[in-house]
Amino acid sequence: MSEEKQSKKLSIIAFSGDFDKLTAVFTLATGAAAVGYEVNLFFTFWGLDAIKIKQGRSPVGKGFLPKVFGIFMGGLKAAPVSRLNFLGASPKIFRYMMRKKNVATLEELVSAAKALKVNFYACEMAMHILGLQKSDFIPEVKDVLGVATFLNLSEGGQTLFI
Amino acid sequence: MTYSLDITKEHCPMTFVKTKIELGKLQSGDVLNVRLSEGEPLENVPKSAAEQGFKVLSVTPAEIKGIYNVEIEK
Repeated sequence: MSEEKQSKKLSIIAFSGDFDKLTAVFTLATGAAAVGYEVNLFFTFWGLDAIKIKQGRSPVGKGFLPKVFGIFMGGLKAAPVSRLNFLGASPKIFRYMMRKKNVATLEELVSAAKALKVNFYACEMAMHILGLQKSDFIPEVKDVLGVATFLNLSEGGQTLFI
Repeated sequence: MTYSLDITKEHCPMTFVKTKIELGKLQSGDVLNVRLSEGEPLENVPKSAAEQGFKVLSVTPAEIKGIYNVEIEK
């Protein structure tokens, strides 16, 4: 592996918890990691849903309001499509179409990202608002960060906000 | 050792993602025979593998039109 390749870096701020946007996040992340990029995923706000251990709808979070949010938002399996969600029917239809057309599903992309050692980080501020703790997230989440640390991590590479 | 991987039914980004994950499991000197389709996978998988420091030993058309076998050494 050449020096040049090793220094390539992609950092993505995963803000959205939408199924389609998370698919974009993990498609880019796995594609970049496979060709030798260092990839940092910084999950914030709705994006935090993607890294919860409990993938369905569950009262995750400390306090009454966070628990209510937790139930409404859910985890990766409950992620809505950003347009034409049809009360949650669309993500199921999408998963079916993706499997049928041999396109990697969101779950396959997430597990590929883990296998390719993509770095997962969670936003400290958003976690605080939503009453979430690091233990609510999958063990692949390396650390809980703030803006300053994220800027340090992403410095010298490409950064995307999805 | 020689291993094989069929990515003829895969699409971007899983074509090279699966190849890379499979190569990661191999020992240095092992060979991975990747069966892939023409177009994007044929253009990118050998190129990406070479860029990553793997040795592309051969690219040969398979018995079916539009399918190729690519031998990559770790």
